[in-house]
Amino acid sequence: MERRNARPTREIVVPGDLLDDSGMCAGSNAYMLDGKTYAGILGVRNVYHDTVGVIPLGGRYMPNTGDTVIGIIEDIGSSNWLVDINAPYPAPLHVNEVPWKVEFGDTSKYLGIGNVVMLKILMVDESKKIQVTMKDSGLRRVEGGQLIEMPHSKVSRVIGKGGSMIQMIKNLTDCRIFVGQNGRIWIDGDDDKADTAVEAIKLIEREAQNSNLTERVEKFIRNRLPETEDDEGEEDQ
Amino acid sequence: MSGHTDMVLVDKKGVRIDGRKADEHRPVHIEVGVLSNADGSAYLEIGKNKVLAAVYGPRECHPRHLQDPTKAIIQCKYNMQAFSVSDRKRPGPDRRSVEISKIIAEALEKVVLTELYPRASIDVYIEILQANAGTRCAGLTAASVALADAGIPMRDIVPAIAAGKADGHVLLDLNKEEDNYGEADVPLAIVPSTDEIVLLQMDGNMTRKEFDKALDMAFGACHDLYDVQKTALKNRYAISKEDEANE
Repeated sequence: MERRNARPTREIVVPGDLLDDSGMCAGSNAYMLDGKTYAGILGVRNVYHDTVGVIPLGGRYMPNTGDTVIGIIEDIGSSNWLVDINAPYPAPLHVNEVPWKVEFGDTSKYLGIGNVVMLKILMVDESKKIQVTMKDSGLRRVEGGQLIEMPHSKVSRVIGKGGSMIQMIKNLTDCRIFVGQNGRIWIDGDDDKADTAVEAIKLIEREAQNSNLTERVEKFIRNRLPETEDDEGEEDQ
Repeated sequence: MSGHTDMVLVDKKGVRIDGRKADEHRPVHIEVGVLSNADGSAYLEIGKNKVLAAVYGPRECHPRHLQDPTKAIIQCKYNMQAFSVSDRKRPGPDRRSVEISKIIAEALEKVVLTELYPRASIDVYIEILQANAGTRCAGLTAASVALADAGIPMRDIVPAIAAGKADGHVLLDLNKEEDNYGEADVPLAIVPSTDEIVLLQMDGNMTRKEFDKALDMAFGACHDLYDVQKTALKNRYAISKEDEANE
């Protein structure tokens, strides 16, 4: 994420902890009271320029416009589907927002309950009504592969700086991986390699707070799949 | 408050039946994240009280008519287990537990940033496993820790403790005997960063002077409890960090 910066100590704060009393502005998940900044959530203190905020350690996924997520069809209407995207609110997917031409009432022919789809958040309004779309490159219904879930706060570690982590996993395991901002990750590939990718991502989930994660994960995958050592580099797109 | 006893609740030296002084609270222990299926949870022991709190959400508010288009609602359920008291408690909601659920939900609403989640509901479940007076305070204390553990945005954590009067003495954190045979019981919950009161009730009689003294003691103890809550939350995440470093 672009807000990455050098953090000398990773200080864990709880709601109500004083973050700063020297006049810094409140960043995300922080609030000001009498000129002092307090934490508004359980997380890690984060200073950026002249603002101080908190990076949450957990919590529910809150959709933002432009996020790509993985959803599971929950309910079918005559002109829309209701999709569970792990948010506090259901996300309706309208027939105009799918890449197929759907006749009124024919919705169930295209997507059934339990189907997994890749989506983009089209809009979230102030009353948190969500609209999602499948009309974008790479968005489609998912078939095969494995779906794993993790806390959405750790997704940024799976992607890595500028996508370095996910690119490395893709290169080493030869898998197709799609990471949803809502913490759902879809992995498809050869049995062994896909399992290794799943294990690697679980490793990231467990060790999200540690530094040098990319190196550790690379070592882990190379140990699990010694033969990929030769393939390295060939997969670069 | 009701019964009479020949028991000496506070002896001449000012020591109570469980060995505490008047302004001492019972030993507190809080554990965070004890339940894996809930979004957040906490287990709390204060003296002989044992309380489990679990939090779900924010999620879609279920009885649809309860939804508030401007903010999230907090639904709280306080429940005493049948085995929590020495005479079996008839299970199910009763007048007392409905009241406690309501006041705890209202106290939590003051600190949770509910306006971030319009139309949603945050569900808090409090189970009293063992009761020894002061369970509403214990329940609220545990519930606010569970809320923080669930990653719900809130202004502060709420500690709660009771003060009261027994044998003519103003006492902090009444136990069962002092509560049953005492003269008054005042549960208090505050927002520590601003010292706002979010829960205050009184059962029994006290003079104004005694009441002020009780309130002072309870305020002090709330701040102590607040430190225990914060340490419990920080420990939970610090330990997981160390574990990972050792791997």
